[in-house]
Amino acid sequence: MHNFLFGIYPYIATAVLLIGSIARYERDPFTWKSSSSQLLRRKQLIMGSVLFHVGILTIFGGHFVGLLTPIWIFDTLGVSHSAKQMLAIIAGGGAGILMLIGGSMLLHRRLFDPRIRKTSSFADIAILVLLMVQLLLGLGTILSSLQHLDGGEMTKFMAWAQGIATFEKNAADHISDVALVFKIHVALGLTILLLFPFTRLVHMLSVPLRYLTRPGYQIVRSRRQSTRGK
Amino acid sequence: MRVRAQIGMVLNLDKCIGCHTCSVTCKNVWTSRDGVEYAWFNNVETKPGTGYPTDWENQSRWNGGWERTKRGKLQPKQGAKWRILANIFGNPDLPEIDDYYEPFDFDYDHLKSAPEMEAFPTARPRSKITGERMEKIVKGPNWEEILGGEFSKRSQDYNFEGIQKEIYGEYENTFMMYLPRLCEHCLNPTCVASCPSGAIYKREEDGIVLIDQEKCRGWRMCVSGCPYKKIYYNWESGKSEKCTFCYPRIESGNPTVCSETCVGRIRYLGVMLYDADKIEEAANAPETTDLYEAQLDVFLDPSDPEVIAAARRDGVPEDWITSAQVSPIWKMAMDWKIAFPLHPEYRTLPMVWYIPPLSPIQNAAEAGAIGIDGDMPDVRSLRIPVKYLANMLTAGDEEPVITALERMLAMRAYMRAKTVDGVIDEGIAERVGLTKNLIEDMYKIMAIADYEDRFVIPTTHRENVEDAYDLRGGCGFTDSNGCSTGITKGSMFGGRKKAAFTMPEGA
Repeated sequence: MHNFLFGIYPYIATAVLLIGSIARYERDPFTWKSSSSQLLRRKQLIMGSVLFHVGILTIFGGHFVGLLTPIWIFDTLGVSHSAKQMLAIIAGGGAGILMLIGGSMLLHRRLFDPRIRKTSSFADIAILVLLMVQLLLGLGTILSSLQHLDGGEMTKFMAWAQGIATFEKNAADHISDVALVFKIHVALGLTILLLFPFTRLVHMLSVPLRYLTRPGYQIVRSRRQSTRGK
Repeated sequence: MRVRAQIGMVLNLDKCIGCHTCSVTCKNVWTSRDGVEYAWFNNVETKPGTGYPTDWENQSRWNGGWERTKRGKLQPKQGAKWRILANIFGNPDLPEIDDYYEPFDFDYDHLKSAPEMEAFPTARPRSKITGERMEKIVKGPNWEEILGGEFSKRSQDYNFEGIQKEIYGEYENTFMMYLPRLCEHCLNPTCVASCPSGAIYKREEDGIVLIDQEKCRGWRMCVSGCPYKKIYYNWESGKSEKCTFCYPRIESGNPTVCSETCVGRIRYLGVMLYDADKIEEAANAPETTDLYEAQLDVFLDPSDPEVIAAARRDGVPEDWITSAQVSPIWKMAMDWKIAFPLHPEYRTLPMVWYIPPLSPIQNAAEAGAIGIDGDMPDVRSLRIPVKYLANMLTAGDEEPVITALERMLAMRAYMRAKTVDGVIDEGIAERVGLTKNLIEDMYKIMAIADYEDRFVIPTTHRENVEDAYDLRGGCGFTDSNGCSTGITKGSMFGGRKKAAFTMPEGA
């Protein structure tokens, strides 16, 4: 079971994430959207959404960099394991609190505002609930982390994530003896990756950064140009 | 010089009777779908009034359109690109649906299914969003119809800027006009500029501004960017939608639905050639009162041999050039100078223009005493204040509006002399800077308004850009998602099943 959840399931989840996202983008581009409900109810959205997004993006970035950066880079930079763990706890905890406040506002709005509730799909509600449960688990791991500040637990997760990323055999063994709350947190995290292409989360892949480098403001499309040279 | 063509529109407000046929036919064709019940690509407002959505003209509140920064740069009023991206999690300038109105339907079924009771059964309203009972309707798409509501509310109208408006609340001084509105298909659209996804674009061939439904991600910056509030967020599909200028009809040489069905025959469609290189400079004119003139400078004279040569070089089809030469839009905007852009101060260079309405003499008792110049009353004694029209059409500059109104009065006086008295009075024409022939042409196009004079629309040239052989068996106009019929089957990616709107139990 341990080997399935942390050795095989990660591959299933990322495969579904990748193939599912590509399939949705190709097959059903009309459904690829942020699904904003701001038009229907402004109240609680602006504050809630900003806090939620800033929090979750910081946490996501932190996990991504923290888990997948090889440990020797930190060693070379002279960042001790315990210092890195403290950084993760403080930055992650801070962002987690922002997300907790924002997410609670959004969840309250989604469940109890009749307009938003009636226009929400099952997936809209479910994914928000899952993200909030995952957040609470994540904040829960901080309590466990505070018991051992040497960074030893943390390096286990780094070894596991990098092991999975490099197709290492028996990668799951790295985290066989960590606290239960961590295991649930990781399993749920993988589940969120699995569900990603089937929810509104896909709008994350469409961060319109290209807007900043787009020359000028205007866009003109020409049929003539599209066939020029044919 | 970079020549491009655009189909422009002029609405002769002098003839609008406020029947809303344009709005209703447009609604039936384009927005009778879930999520856009509240959206009217075309609507008719009674002025003075705050309009739909409420107070849309107040850009200090909505931040639509463009602004010229202190350093002389042109940027969207809601902010430069980085600012727009920073607001992506929550757009502070986005209206709420209540600023339009909460869409509703009535329990019609109750009329026939109600049990026997003492009072007649009634069809009470229900929200189209939640399905809940609405006890009181507080707003609708045309809430101020024929001066509905108190003057104190209606007079929030932004066009009263610089006018002592109190006297217009008095019964004797009341004035009224209709303003049909649709997407302006601007030369410098803020919606296109504000779209982070790059989903909105202007078509080079005919200037129509469209939203690519598959590229739209619902970041909703276009809604706040458009100063005319003519982009609507479909809360069901999560995409923005807008007036399409009925492009399938325009492409085949037919007028838009709103123009075709206009019973007052107030709408005109025709080709305008413009210089794409001059747009930025024109939109960035230092003073807002310069913008009307600046836009006139962007238009190119289709009879000028140099322009014709440049148009051919830039790929404008031959029949588009000849259509431009007989374009009613050119005549009204350029030859006669009687049509004006709506709110040029937004710096979008709109392409739906308006002929200001004449109105009765302000005070009948004074009718003998007011200045009569020949057969013509002074336009300043008309009931609708010139300043009000100027605030709407020329950023407050009264001169062009006065000239236009005088020319329209002159046309009436000239034709009255001709048909009633049997006198050709060329003096009337000369006094307003026109000639006999121009006035008679004005009369033919504005008063008679034959179908072929109103709509001069060349067909699109698909044969130049597509191989018909590749298109055989393909799908025509679809509601996105490839060849779907517009009915999205439930999919694993959250595309919803379309179902009839069902009323909850216990109506």
